[in-house]
Order: sequence, then C-alpha cells, then structure tokens
Amino acid sequence: MTSIRVFLVGGLISYRALFSWLNPWVYIPSFLVMPIFQILLFVYIGRSAKLQSDSFYVIGNALQFAAIPCLFAMANTIAGERNQQTLGYILITPARRLPLFLGRALPVATNGFFVALFALVAGSAIVGTHIAASGYAPIVLVIAVSAFACTGLGLINAAIGLVARETAVLSNILFGVLLVLSGANVPLHDLPTVLRVVAEGIPLTHGIAAARRLAAGSSFGSVLGLVGAEVLIGFVYAAVGYALIRGTETLSRRRATLERA
Amino acid sequence: MRVVRVLAYGWYFRMKMLMRSSFNSWLGVLYPLFFATVAFFMFKSGASSKPLLYSSLGAAVMGVWSNTATPAGSALAQERWHGTLELEVAAPVNFALILLPLTIAMSTIGIYSMAATLLWGWVVFGIPLHITDPLAFVLAVPATVASIGALGFVLAVAFVRFRQAWALGNMLEYPVWLISGFLVPLSLFPGWVRPISWLLAPTWGIRAIRGAALTGASYGDIGMALGVGAAYVVIGILLVQRALHAARARGTLSLT
Repeated sequence: MTSIRVFLVGGLISYRALFSWLNPWVYIPSFLVMPIFQILLFVYIGRSAKLQSDSFYVIGNALQFAAIPCLFAMANTIAGERNQQTLGYILITPARRLPLFLGRALPVATNGFFVALFALVAGSAIVGTHIAASGYAPIVLVIAVSAFACTGLGLINAAIGLVARETAVLSNILFGVLLVLSGANVPLHDLPTVLRVVAEGIPLTHGIAAARRLAAGSSFGSVLGLVGAEVLIGFVYAAVGYALIRGTETLSRRRATLERA
Repeated sequence: MRVVRVLAYGWYFRMKMLMRSSFNSWLGVLYPLFFATVAFFMFKSGASSKPLLYSSLGAAVMGVWSNTATPAGSALAQERWHGTLELEVAAPVNFALILLPLTIAMSTIGIYSMAATLLWGWVVFGIPLHITDPLAFVLAVPATVASIGALGFVLAVAFVRFRQAWALGNMLEYPVWLISGFLVPLSLFPGWVRPISWLLAPTWGIRAIRGAALTGASYGDIGMALGVGAAYVVIGILLVQRALHAARARGTLSLT
C-alpha cells in the first residue's frame, strides 16, 4: 500500500513541485506552440526538398515532440531535486526505489502523450492532412506507447543526471538524436546502414512507423509487430534506466558527489 | 569613443562568460548540427533542384539564431538570478550599452556553429563551399551576426516583464527559422507571410550570405541586414528606457 502511495501520490507531487513549466507562460509556448512550428518547419522543408507528403512530417514530428517532455522532465526529477537541495532527503528515505522513481515517470509519460496528441490533432488541422477514420483510436494507443518508450529513455537520462550536472545539454542532444534517427523526417531507408541499425533500437522509431501506417488506413493488426517492438524497447530502456539510477545513486554516495555532480 | 569601448569590452567579457557554459558554447554548436543533418538528408534524398550548398548555408545560419533566441529571451532573468541587474542598471552608462554586447556575443557564438555546420556538410555529406564573391561573403557573415544579435537585443528588452522569458525566446526559434527562408524559399509561403519575413533581419542576412556564395552580388542585402539591425537597436533603446522607468516606478526591477 505504501509503495502504491509513493508511486501515485509521490510521483504526482514531485511532478507538480519540480516543474516551473506547469505555469501557462511556459507550458503553452513550450508544449503547445513549439510542436506546431516544428511540424510546419519540416512540412515546408519537405515541400522544398520534394521528399515526402505533408502527413509524413505531421505524424513524425508530432510523435517525436513527445521527446521534449519525456526527456527533459525525467532529467528534472533528479536535477530539480538537486537544485532545491532535496535530493539527499529523497535518497535517504526508506521508500522503495522502484515506486519512487517509476512514480515520477508516470506523469512524465502522461504529459508526453498529451503533448504529442495535441501536436498531431492541431498539426493535421493546420496543414490539412487526412487521417483514416479507422486509425484514430489505434493512433491514440500508439502515441501512448511511444510516450512510454520515450520516458524509458528519459529514465536513463535521469540516471546520468545523478552524476552529471548539465542535464539540459544531455536532454537536447538526445532530442537531436531522436530527430535524426527516429524516422520522423528522414525515411529510414535513406539513412546509412549503421544509423538504420541504431534507429531500430531507439524509442519512437517503431511508433512513428506504426502511426503512419494506421493513418494511411492499415489495420491495427498489421502494425502489431511495430507496436510490440515499441513496447519492448520502452521496457528495456526503463529497466536499464532504473538499474542505472540505482547504480549511479550508489556511485554518487560513494564519491560524495550527490549534491555537486 | 567611450561608447565604443563599453561595447567592445562588454562584448569581449560576455563572450568569455558565455564560452564557460557548456549550454551556450558546445551545445550551441552541436544542437543546430542535428537539424542541419536532417536537412542534408532530406535535400540529398529529395528531388529538389536547388544545390546542396543552398541548404548547407541555410542550416549554418540557423545556428546563429539558435544561439541567440533562447539565451536572449532569458538574458535579463539571468542577470536577476545573479543579482547583477540592479548594479548594471545603476552603472553610469546607458543600460542598452550593457545589454547590446551581450546579445551580440550570443550571436557571435553562432559563428562557431556556422563553421561547424559548413564543415559537417563538407566532410560528411560532400557539400563543397564554393564562394562566388568572397568579399561579399566576408562582409555578409558579420553583418548577419550583428543584425541577429540586434534582434536578440529587442527580444531581451521586450520580454523584460516576463519571468519565464526563456520559454518565449525558445518558442521563437522555429518560426524565425521557418519564415526567414533558411531552408525554405519564401515563395512557398502564403503571400501574407512575406512582409513579416522582410521585417526580420535574418531574412536579409541569409539572402546576403547565400547570394555571395551562389550568385555573387549581395551588397544590397548586406545593407538591408545592417539597416534592419540598426532599426532593432533604436527600437530596443527606446524600449529599454520605458521598461526601466516602469520597473523603477513600480519597484519591480529585481522581481523574479
């Protein structure tokens, strides 16, 4: 029961307490306006480069933008505590670490889901792209799965935040890697082989591919493999992230670097 | 002479300070490279008739704006957090002369990003840098950097009343990339977008740089970039006076 409380209540309070971006002056420009302009930027670059259809970029960038809340927010669950000088208090509590850290991931993934969903709906309406009616419900599910998988990568990002100070720098780099490799803007077959192999193992790649096929009218059954791969990648990243957090927690205690990183 | 010294030393010290921050220095170089890479892949795989150098130059100048938009938006908030804003406002020089070199220094760091992007395009994507008019190119780059810094100056002043100004600066990164024609010809946009583009110094800056590299004659665009940049400085100075007067009258200068 305590673990469930730590997971749900602790996660929610941590999210509300740590994020100044729950202020509308931050949330609206960062999470509602920016994704739309990212979509428009790549739609127009796509038109200029004459590479893919508008819907390719709308779907790709809407889902890829989930990386902003998922990566930055997860890193802030560590860096934010350090800035508030509460990280030591958190790590000295007898609370089980699994609900403690995964509870912090739940609101992050939920926010990532809403941001990507909003971007897709608003981006589609502005650009005028068509999504098959049969695809609406499955795409919502795919967005949720993609946000979960990206939060798994965010957990790894948070773990590094225990031993590195510049979490914003790392989050931006991971966002850039996802921008290039996830297939959001560059079709995977246009990437060099090495990058294509890497792309298969990162969050969002399979989710974006599944969402595009669903939007084109494919059935959910035909993209089950892609959705399954995205779920699997999410679990693997979350497990690695959690293990890394435990490892770096121990390391930071041993080296007495918890507060300075 | 005193004004020139304040601007020069201000720029020099701000550069030194910004270069100590990994967020403002090497992330400023690295982050635009991701967007440049995507653009290179897209233009290389697409059916566009434009030379790849067209996108390479556009992506390079994107970095200058990227290095200016968010930091300029949060420039005054940073001074507040550091507790230095009141001291700078109380200094016996016009506050605009303190703020302007800061935003110019931010855009100057963008030169590293420009060089890195052009080098990346050449080494990884095989995009050679052929300059048709080297003199115009050498003049166009600093003119573009200065005018983008001046735009950052206006942003910094305009957002003085907003605590979360960094988010507003960050929000403007994509729109300016988009409608300044860095990677997309202005002819692709609806007609009502073009007058907005003409009001943006980066539009003239990229035209000047691209013209010098691809066609040769771009002195008119260099003049426009400098002219629009000078207009930003005048607007910024007028805004600074109003903002400081209002903040002093209400006692909100250090409000965070």
